Amino acid sequence: MAPAIDHTTILLTLKLATVTTLLLLLIATPLAWWLTHTRARLRAAVTALVSLPLVLPPTVLGFYLLVLLGPKGLVGGWMQAMGLQTLPFTFAGLVVGSVVFSLPFAVQPLANAFAAVGARPLEVAATLRASSWDRFLSVALPLARPGFVTAAVLTFAHTVGEFGVVLMLGGNIPGETRVLSVAIYDHVEALEYAEAHVLSAGLVAFSFIVLLMLGRRGGHWQRTPA
Amino acid sequence: MSLIEARFRSTLGAFDLNAAFSMPGQGVTALFGPSGSGKTTLLRLIAGLARADGRLVVNGEVWQDEKAFLPTHRRALGYVFQEASLFPHLSVRGNLDYGWKRVPAAGRTLNRDDVIGWLGLDSLIERAPHQLSGGQRQRVAIGRALLSCPRLLLMDEPMAALDANARAEILPYLERLHRELALPVLYVSHALDEVARLADHLLLIDDGRIAYQGPLTEGMTRLDLPLAHRDVAATVLDAIVVGQDAELQLTRVACGSVELELAGLHGSLGAPLRVRVAARDVSLALAMPQQTSILNLLPAQVVELAADAPGQVLVKLALGETPLLARITRKSARLLNLEKGAQVIAQVKSVAVA
Repeated sequence: MAPAIDHTTILLTLKLATVTTLLLLLIATPLAWWLTHTRARLRAAVTALVSLPLVLPPTVLGFYLLVLLGPKGLVGGWMQAMGLQTLPFTFAGLVVGSVVFSLPFAVQPLANAFAAVGARPLEVAATLRASSWDRFLSVALPLARPGFVTAAVLTFAHTVGEFGVVLMLGGNIPGETRVLSVAIYDHVEALEYAEAHVLSAGLVAFSFIVLLMLGRRGGHWQRTPA
Repeated sequence: MSLIEARFRSTLGAFDLNAAFSMPGQGVTALFGPSGSGKTTLLRLIAGLARADGRLVVNGEVWQDEKAFLPTHRRALGYVFQEASLFPHLSVRGNLDYGWKRVPAAGRTLNRDDVIGWLGLDSLIERAPHQLSGGQRQRVAIGRALLSCPRLLLMDEPMAALDANARAEILPYLERLHRELALPVLYVSHALDEVARLADHLLLIDDGRIAYQGPLTEGMTRLDLPLAHRDVAATVLDAIVVGQDAELQLTRVACGSVELELAGLHGSLGAPLRVRVAARDVSLALAMPQQTSILNLLPAQVVELAADAPGQVLVKLALGETPLLARITRKSARLLNLEKGAQVIAQVKSVAVA
């Protein structure tokens, strides 16, 4: 008998990855821009902070988020006082965890892209009457487009593959917080290897295609030599 | 009336800038000086791309003083960088229109099609920047700056990054703009031939300080300034074509009371022609020589003498109102007993179109 494909879990995973990616692009763009252009001393500290999820075990991240967002935590306590539902074990909680977890995967490509644009095109635009906001929209954004593609793809894929933070923060509620990686873990625990194979092989194929696309992606234009 | 009144003071690390100058409201002013003397810094300060203490008034409008600092995009200037720096994500048309679209209709002092025509950009309009040669890219950059309808054009060694061919391709366009537009230009260069060809006024900068500001001819022939002592030192004269001999292939030009003949047919009768006489091509005699191959023999008076390269003396002459530089050996100067006020005949071996 062919194993049943858990559509709810797959859809939830894709939804989480999509929401996380969109939110992260909104958050990471100004952050990366600031990191590229500031001369503040805080820069090094912020860079290190943003990169922490790269090296920390997801369990550590998940643990602190749980503490922070839980009813007794700083944020969770405040939310409860405001009459809001606390975030752990909800989809919104998963989104928060994923955003934190994938932050460096969005910020770093964007910061690199902004740095590669350099000061000159923006200076040229300023001499051509473009205000700073105008310069950002008409010059920096289009020139940094490859960085946006990389950031979006990496964030999406990284969120799909997330496990530790989800388990710590979201648990395993079907249709609410049960995502692919957790489902695979459950299937293996229950010795349902056929089901685990379907989902795992799907993830392997998905990840391979993503990385292949990233490797082959080229910009529409060529940079001028001078 | 002066277009620019500027005063800047800045100490950035080891570099010390202390420059006060004014710039006339028409023609090309060359900002000339050795590498590292502060030319680009000064241009960036005028554009507001860099900051230093000081005061800057352009066309009566305060761009910077103790209280105010007008951001670059609010200054009616055009800036041509050393590298064309075209936007790679836009076509030639997109680059040209970038500034044009941001100028309100009332501020559009130029005709878009005229500018594109002058610079010969019609056939390139749909191309992407990477499909252009170096010279073409720089032409687009010049057009892009012009189409932002500036009241002051800043050019930072626009030909320095180009090879000799591309440079020869661009120069006629620059001269044409010079002729057809009333736009004042501040042109940074460290190439004397470019300056001699394009500039009307000279702003000499050395080590962050203005060493001279005034007319080009005077700046190039003053013996207390470094330009006269360069190997290629020359007198640049704005003359008018007064005669042409088609058979002998000779052009006759007049500059004030001075008439000069030069080989080849240049310009047309009555047209202005800028000529250049190299200091090393002028020799001196005490009496009018007989039967010589030299065409231009001009009575002159010695104004000033200065030591030059080893064994050589630089002599500044006056031909009426017109100055002329001559470089002779110290031995000759002694043999002719040259001193200030002496009457001599300047023998000009060759005159070139600048």
